[in-house]
Amino acid sequence: MSADRDRPPEPEDAPPADSRSESSARTSTELLAVRDLRIWYGTDRGPVRAVDRVSLDLAPGQALGLVGESGCGKSTLGRGLLGMLPPAAATDGEIRFQGRNLIGMSPARLRSLHGPAHGMIFQEPLTRLDPLMRVSEHFEETLHTHQPDLTRDEARHRALSALRGMGIPPTRYRSYPHEFSGGMRQRIMIALTLVLRPAFVVADEPTTALDVLVEAQIVRILADLRRNFATALLLITHNLGIVAESCDRVAVMYAGRIVEEGDVRQVFGAPAHPYTRELLASTISLATTELHYIPGAPPDLVDPPPGCRFHPRCPEAMRVCPARDPVDVEVDVGHRAACWLHGPESLVPPGMDARLTQGAIGVADEA
Amino acid sequence: MPTKPDPTDDALIEVRDLSVHYRLGGSAAARLLGRDTGAVRAVDGVSFVLRRGEVLGLVGESGSGKTTLGRAMLGLVRPTSGRILYRGRDIGAARERDLRRLRRDLQMIFQDPHAALNPAMDLGTAIGHPLRIHRLAATPAARHRRVVEALERVGLVPVEQFLGKYPADLSGGQKQRAVIARAIISGPSLLVADEPVSMLDMSVRAKILDLMLELRRDLGLTYLYITHDLATAKFFCDRVAICYLGKIVEIGPTTQIFAEPRHPYTRALLAAIPEPDPSRTVMRDLPRGEIPDAARPPTGCAFHPRCPHAFGPCGWEARDLRALLESRWTRIGDDRYRAEQSLFADLAELDTPGRRIQIRAAANAQGLLDLLTEMRAVDPAEPFWRGVTDIQIDGDRVVIEFAPPVEPHLLPMDEVAVSCHLYDANLSPDAQVSDRTP
Repeated sequence: MSADRDRPPEPEDAPPADSRSESSARTSTELLAVRDLRIWYGTDRGPVRAVDRVSLDLAPGQALGLVGESGCGKSTLGRGLLGMLPPAAATDGEIRFQGRNLIGMSPARLRSLHGPAHGMIFQEPLTRLDPLMRVSEHFEETLHTHQPDLTRDEARHRALSALRGMGIPPTRYRSYPHEFSGGMRQRIMIALTLVLRPAFVVADEPTTALDVLVEAQIVRILADLRRNFATALLLITHNLGIVAESCDRVAVMYAGRIVEEGDVRQVFGAPAHPYTRELLASTISLATTELHYIPGAPPDLVDPPPGCRFHPRCPEAMRVCPARDPVDVEVDVGHRAACWLHGPESLVPPGMDARLTQGAIGVADEA
Repeated sequence: MPTKPDPTDDALIEVRDLSVHYRLGGSAAARLLGRDTGAVRAVDGVSFVLRRGEVLGLVGESGSGKTTLGRAMLGLVRPTSGRILYRGRDIGAARERDLRRLRRDLQMIFQDPHAALNPAMDLGTAIGHPLRIHRLAATPAARHRRVVEALERVGLVPVEQFLGKYPADLSGGQKQRAVIARAIISGPSLLVADEPVSMLDMSVRAKILDLMLELRRDLGLTYLYITHDLATAKFFCDRVAICYLGKIVEIGPTTQIFAEPRHPYTRALLAAIPEPDPSRTVMRDLPRGEIPDAARPPTGCAFHPRCPHAFGPCGWEARDLRALLESRWTRIGDDRYRAEQSLFADLAELDTPGRRIQIRAAANAQGLLDLLTEMRAVDPAEPFWRGVTDIQIDGDRVVIEFAPPVEPHLLPMDEVAVSCHLYDANLSPDAQVSDRTP
């Protein structure tokens, strides 16, 4: 396979394999346990390392927000976790979902999981609903495909109750997608995903196309999801506010890697990674009194900077940062960051904790 | 910017009672459905003054008419009625030839910088394009000089590195800088910026806003900033106008509007913004529903069907009962829903406009009346009931009468003007309405 040829080289100073095993001791009760996941695309210029050695866990009913700038691999990771990558993508590592490793699973097996085991909610629901099919037909087809034993009446009942849960009245059951507003279509799409009662849902920028008030309605629905359905959620968004309001945990992704992960309150309240701090500072909110931005742009994933990939934009970069890949450090209980500021000191050679002198970043490198 | 003492003296543009209606012609389906309204009222009777040197924000959701309003200011859309006065001339009535000259002064920055730039034109050519169209440079060398100057102004430096680039070579932020360079090269006095940062990554939004503020200072620009994002509006604007379904519902200095939002819609918008502050929780009392169809706007105040504080004169009608029933039917089981729905001869009767509605019962009118009585008993605080003056049985039908609707208009309150009956002493049952904190 061409995938092997395009395989990215192992970094020379990859952290010892057991450095992560301590933090992953809690995996036994997990719904989803991802270990050292890598996803890359072969291109003419070489492999694009969209996801590079990502590890994370998700428990049933837990909501994890995945944040970062565009081009950091968030969507690729989300699709990869569902086995929904395009054929050109290659993967390795482990995605253990309900005890089974999805990596290496046949496409037919993966497809059979999609729907009843896990589902996806997209940004623009209209492109996912067939304009020539009534809402009722979408539900009946989905239910019939995955649960052929259901009678017509049972299917209708299931569909109506899923729609009710999203605030869509039964009087609209036989309407066509174009007869609904954007917010209602998104709620129909969510209902269509939830009607099969999946254990795990990935929502990729589900509110980006929506207005403030409708967005707030969807955020509330997502926040209620885990309480009402015990569905685990991976919410991909660039909006930190939405994560704060609807997730338990948050993972911050930069250039294919998770640089910080932890409880939302811990991470947003006391961010450990300079990238997280910069992201929070550059978010324009009602409390903003002064504009702040991150100079430069996320790197080209064909040829990312060595060591910590954020070091060229980092206001606190040290000499060790371009020289060595940072390792995950538990900065607090259940809160990890991959940043040399947090050590471990034993891996930082003497003198390497001095400030790194870097050239100024101009508009030419801007995102 | 300090607030100017006299608002009309330094007016750059004055908009008077502007309406832009789009005719819904030709659709056989619409006629078959018996729609009586033949037009979408994108902008419906809007008046405001844009002061020289200020940033005025037009804030609203999609469908509020803010984009149409912005386009009308540039003469890109012809008003149905009303005037847009710029230096004594009415932009809305100007001939195409005059408009072309006006467009040197009035420029636009679009939401999607990628779509705004011709992919086959290098930056130097694209940014110099307005100079050619308006014949503003005598020689190619003069044009080149001004292109270089514009690129430097927007920070696309070193200039040599950008002149020959194509849009595809640029990042989102760089593209928006190029669009801004093209907008300022003809020396405009007004920039209409329609969601200029909403398609950009968080990390560069601040940079583009910073650049725009810098240009205002250096070039004496006036901005009309169109956005759905209250957080950037709060930071960026001197004054904001909150738009809802083609109308301005509240307008005033940014600091006042954000410190003391008066219109229930403004309050809802502010409360709905997700903040990256983990100590905040998701708000529970969001306005229900969504922005209505501008082809069939609600009677009275357009926000009344969603408003938690709506009362008698706000414009209640039969459609509001339908929404109430549908919302109820999402909360009860299938069997009860079917039973209740079958009480109605035809639910579509609830789409009939008017102050008095007759609802035919399928079998017995008493059953229908009982349902309405029960709904009222279950949720007496529901604003809809404040608008109902009478319900009674008349043969095989239930007749409901609503309080007479009153069209709201902007009421001055301090430096703010707000279009809401809660602040109208003649209509509101409550005294001291301006201090209400719901």
